[in-house]
Amino acid sequence: MLNDLSLLIGITLMYSAPLIFGALGGVISERAGVINLGIEGMMTIGAFAGAAVGFYSQNPWLGLLAAGAAGGGMALLHAVASVTFHADQTISGIALNLIGPGLALFICRLYFDGATMTQPVAHKLPKILGDNQFNSVTQNINVDVTVPLALVAMLILWFVLYKTKWGLRIWAVGEHPAAADTMGIHVRGTRYICVILSGILAGFGGASMTLAVIPQFTPVAISGQGFIALAAVIFGKWTPHGAYGACLLFGFAQALTVFLGGGKAPVPSEILAMLPYLLTILVLVLFVGRSAAPKADGEPYEKGVR
Amino acid sequence: MEIKKEYAVQMHGITKRFGSFYALDGVNLDVEKGTIHSLLGENGAGKSTLMNILYGLYQADEGEIYLNGELAAIKNPNIAISHGIGMVHQHFMLVDNFTVTQNIILGKEPVRAGGILDMKKAREHVRRIVEKYGLQVDPDAKIEDISVGMQQRVEILKALYRGADLLILDEPTAVLTPQEIDELIRIMHNLVADGKTIIIITHKLKEIKASSDFCTVIRRGKGIGTVSVQDVSEEELASKMVGRSVRLAVEKTPAQPGHTALELDRVTVAGSRGVDAVTELSLQVRKGEIVGIAGVDGNGQKELVEAITCLARCKSGMIRINGAEVQNTTPRNVVDHKISTIHEDRQRRGLVLNFTVAENAVLEKYREKPFQKHGVLDRGRILSFANELIQEYDVRPEDCAQQPVRGLSGGNQQKVIIAREVANEPDVLIAVQPTRGLDVGAIEYVHRALVRERDRGRAILLISLELDEVLHVSDRIAVLYNGQIVGEFQQEEADEKTIGLLMAGGKRYAENG
Repeated sequence: MLNDLSLLIGITLMYSAPLIFGALGGVISERAGVINLGIEGMMTIGAFAGAAVGFYSQNPWLGLLAAGAAGGGMALLHAVASVTFHADQTISGIALNLIGPGLALFICRLYFDGATMTQPVAHKLPKILGDNQFNSVTQNINVDVTVPLALVAMLILWFVLYKTKWGLRIWAVGEHPAAADTMGIHVRGTRYICVILSGILAGFGGASMTLAVIPQFTPVAISGQGFIALAAVIFGKWTPHGAYGACLLFGFAQALTVFLGGGKAPVPSEILAMLPYLLTILVLVLFVGRSAAPKADGEPYEKGVR
Repeated sequence: MEIKKEYAVQMHGITKRFGSFYALDGVNLDVEKGTIHSLLGENGAGKSTLMNILYGLYQADEGEIYLNGELAAIKNPNIAISHGIGMVHQHFMLVDNFTVTQNIILGKEPVRAGGILDMKKAREHVRRIVEKYGLQVDPDAKIEDISVGMQQRVEILKALYRGADLLILDEPTAVLTPQEIDELIRIMHNLVADGKTIIIITHKLKEIKASSDFCTVIRRGKGIGTVSVQDVSEEELASKMVGRSVRLAVEKTPAQPGHTALELDRVTVAGSRGVDAVTELSLQVRKGEIVGIAGVDGNGQKELVEAITCLARCKSGMIRINGAEVQNTTPRNVVDHKISTIHEDRQRRGLVLNFTVAENAVLEKYREKPFQKHGVLDRGRILSFANELIQEYDVRPEDCAQQPVRGLSGGNQQKVIIAREVANEPDVLIAVQPTRGLDVGAIEYVHRALVRERDRGRAILLISLELDEVLHVSDRIAVLYNGQIVGEFQQEEADEKTIGLLMAGGKRYAENG
């Protein structure tokens, strides 16, 4: 019993970590008023960059940094398109979701003998209790270091958004950019920073899949996590802590899939695998009201346009 | 012109072009320290542009700005703020779900080490300014929960918090009740007594008389001159602004009401937040009279109009037109029962902006003969019909029938709508904010058109946020507060004070004795 429970908790946390990074990215971008539908694409490119750099450098931490840089680079494209050129943010985000996997596969084939997956990294990111755990319970809860990192990222983002002047400004830029502008706040600069941070976080999310959960990049390593993360943003009412909780719920659904898939339930595993996605749809249907969304979310800001 | 230290602001020879259009053409403005100086002009005359230049939102193409006798280059609002200039915009620049204090400190937050907000210090600072100038505001209230008048005080606080010595108020009274306007003028006098200088942009003559020391008039981008307010009458100011003599009063004979054309019987309409926006409202409008509804925005005006025109559902109650019930049918049915509506937002509800004037003219008639035969529009007939309206209503330019209505000025767009609605020969004409955003000349025109249609025996329901308009044009005045009619007056017995109090939710004088 304790064994089952600890296993369930362990898997939940493991699958939640990538979602949490992605969702925190969504929160910071949308708080500043830029919808970032490209989280999925940024996670994919991060997942690849993390695994590839992790493989060649043999250092998973370098891989993690590379993943953040790759995600941030993609996000820069989004910022240029949507902040500077006032492009439709939905379209720009979708474009990034197409570019992300395409670019990842293209570079992967270049550097890994035409294969669509990287070779496994020699060293994954460490586990919180070290490598040698023989007790099955401690083994179950010996989760990847990305789990506490995700918690720390959430706490930092919460603190910045609610307790600091930068948070107040980000909030203002997302709710009423013209008001922020008249108060001397640099709206575009703020949005650029937030969108790029969003990409960096999404990149981390991708790498927490390919440097921790599985040891390599595959074309299906990121399959919908970015969209689930966006659902978590909405479910969590655009707050870091809310999104964190929502990700744990989605991670739990994924854990149930794995847990029950081991022959414990008389349901085909293909049906079980749909669980996280079905939950996403259900949550969106029940909680999607725009009431909690930042008022200027998705609206380009043009000076002097009333 | 002389540059002096006694002047808080001197703007000399300011010219601003947008493309080939001169928004401002060599305008001068000299504002003495410690005075209230109003800037008067019609819509589009350039007064807001001039102030946006002073606040650094636009750059002048030519001309100089002197602040306290020294030349200043104001490239952006931050520089303006550092010179002690504060601006309260016409559309408030407040974040709705922030508290009063958060809005005030935004961009200049008191912080402890590491950028952590010091909210206690912020609150104390705000409270100090609030007490000094008698601006009543709760520093911890959220903006979305406080009245418009209070939101405006928050805007003034924002400027004072940043150390403003010169306050620019852009159309500050447009959204206020008469009592709130009195309060604002009192605050303005407090500020000036403390040595501040105030520039107020407005086209309301009465308020200039009540508040200002000097008035500079701008007409079509050109400075017409500055006058000492106590030396001129409202009529003189209006003539200077428009460039010809204007009659401010609406001329009309006493109403001769006939039988009831529009009857609302205990109508209740749901609002957006689960609370009823209109509650058990009863009202009758007879043929040959204008009934005006006075009220502050958001007290059920929108929902009331939508219920009558069947754009929204009535939860209960009846709406009768000439005795026939029409509630909860369709907008087309209402039009067929001879109700015409001049909607509040002419650009969103009144017109299809990208359609031509001719197409807009037949929006409600296109399916009738002779405008269509077997489902095919007769463009020739539509065009000649539109040209008749354009002539009759003096829409300009006169060859605009085939041009998109988007290109017309606000006043001419409104003429197109009035022409179309009146051409329906309605029994009931509903006019919602018919003069919003129009200049004095166009307002005069609209008011005369309403009176003319009344004299032709139509029942007219006028809903306006401008109390003066309701008072001058209506034969009977009903005050709407919180979705209910809280008072009804004949025009001759209506006085502004009583109605203003009722609009703000005060008790009826009659009840208090």
